[in-house]
Amino acid sequence: MRREGVNRPGRPTRLRRRQEYGLGLLGVVLAFGVCEIVGRAGLVRRSYLPPASEVLARAAELAGDRSFLDGVGATLWAWALGLGLAVVIAVPVGLLLGSLPVVDSAVRVIVEFLRPLPSVALIPLVSLLLGTGTETEVALITYASVWPVLFNTIYGLGETDPLAKDTLRAFGFGRPSVLLRVELPATAPFIAAGIRISAAIALILAVATELLSGFGEGLGIFMAQASLATDGTRDVLAGVVWAGALGLVINGVLVWCERRLFPWTPERRGSGA
Amino acid sequence: MTLRLDALGQRYGDHLVLHGIDLTVPDGQLLCVVGPSGCGKSTLLRTVAGLQPASEGTVTVDGTPVTGVPDQLAVVFQDYGRSLFPWLTVRDNVALPLRRRGLARAERRAEAERILERVGLDGAGCRHPWQLSGGMQQRVAIARALVCRPSLLLMDEPFGSLDAQTREDLEDLLLEVHRTDGATIVFVTHDIDESVYVGDRVVVLSPGPGSRVVLDLPVQLPGKRDQIGTRGLPEFVELRAEVGRAVRGAQGYPTG
Repeated sequence: MRREGVNRPGRPTRLRRRQEYGLGLLGVVLAFGVCEIVGRAGLVRRSYLPPASEVLARAAELAGDRSFLDGVGATLWAWALGLGLAVVIAVPVGLLLGSLPVVDSAVRVIVEFLRPLPSVALIPLVSLLLGTGTETEVALITYASVWPVLFNTIYGLGETDPLAKDTLRAFGFGRPSVLLRVELPATAPFIAAGIRISAAIALILAVATELLSGFGEGLGIFMAQASLATDGTRDVLAGVVWAGALGLVINGVLVWCERRLFPWTPERRGSGA
Repeated sequence: MTLRLDALGQRYGDHLVLHGIDLTVPDGQLLCVVGPSGCGKSTLLRTVAGLQPASEGTVTVDGTPVTGVPDQLAVVFQDYGRSLFPWLTVRDNVALPLRRRGLARAERRAEAERILERVGLDGAGCRHPWQLSGGMQQRVAIARALVCRPSLLLMDEPFGSLDAQTREDLEDLLLEVHRTDGATIVFVTHDIDESVYVGDRVVVLSPGPGSRVVLDLPVQLPGKRDQIGTRGLPEFVELRAEVGRAVRGAQGYPTG
């Protein structure tokens, strides 16, 4: 399988991280300022581009809106279900492909054909087959999320140290034990990095599917319906803020989990775990 | 456990690594295998361990031909950083081989703690290998090898990447283990001094391709070995010179 585009587990060191936070904050403040000024200066109609402060205020207000929160909950539910399914499918398949070269060669053509297909382009087709309900959403999320986890699993398996495997074999353990006790734990950080990438893709697919189907409940549906209202730009943008915040929180939680679970990976070992 | 190699050869495709190795290691002997780097010492060890099948000849353990990894075997590799499992604590690393013995978890842990104490690592069981110094990590690897009371212990340049002081400590630990457990040990090293200090017998391999045994020397040193005294003995100096000559001679040995 191809190896480019695989994200290795790891994060920058602590000192650089602090600098990054500082610069990041500066960027946010600048972007916020520009949006606020453009919105208030009357360069564009207010209903087209409301000032940033109004959008943020609306986003905060939505946190107290019961039906909006139910929508976000529905989106997150589809996200979690689709991502979970993807992991359940991709990890065993990845272990199989990674440890059996014969199967890998047999499946490679299909995989290389399916992988470059943009998942979003499948939305109409899957909607046609499964309707516009949660099934479609979950199916598309699963499809899109499978790839990063699958490829990272295969890659991680290939990176397993042969000496570690030999060590276990020398103690008389067989092939299944080597897979379970060495290859799987050694691959786990790669799988986790794959899940983190998939988590972001899954959120994109969740919102995109909802935007295009336009029925039921969900963050994307809220935005789709707001876009039809006469003065809806503010609500649409508030929805964007929510989607972005969700992505940020999900990523942060996953990075934190990775650090807690795999303190031994070389990138983290130096920073005194 | 008696180990016997008959006309053992190993090749990778057209490349001949080992050729015509005949060697019998009696039960309880500590045999050192010395040779220039790249002479196939590690290949020899891997073949004896059953990690790769021999291309020529046979390996027998107590009269039984080796086809897979023999029972009662343990291996210590040079690269402890790669052979210890970073996701397990020190204690769980050491206890891992006991899983094949069908022991309960508590028994495995107790046994691991006992053996850790023996190699001087009491109290380190809850830490992770990567939190320890190189010397301590190699002690963990030795503890893990000893936990199943192997009758055949293979060591592939185990002290090669450690500093001199640590190395001497571990050589003495190995001698102590050998005295009390009496396992047959094959110890691969490129360090001539170490081979004479540690071994009951030293075997020198010629450089590849097609390495073979060029010197087979019993080591008889008076008294209990200790780092300062033993290394100053005239017998030690003489043996070391003999091994050294064989290694140097072996380096200029006509190939093929």
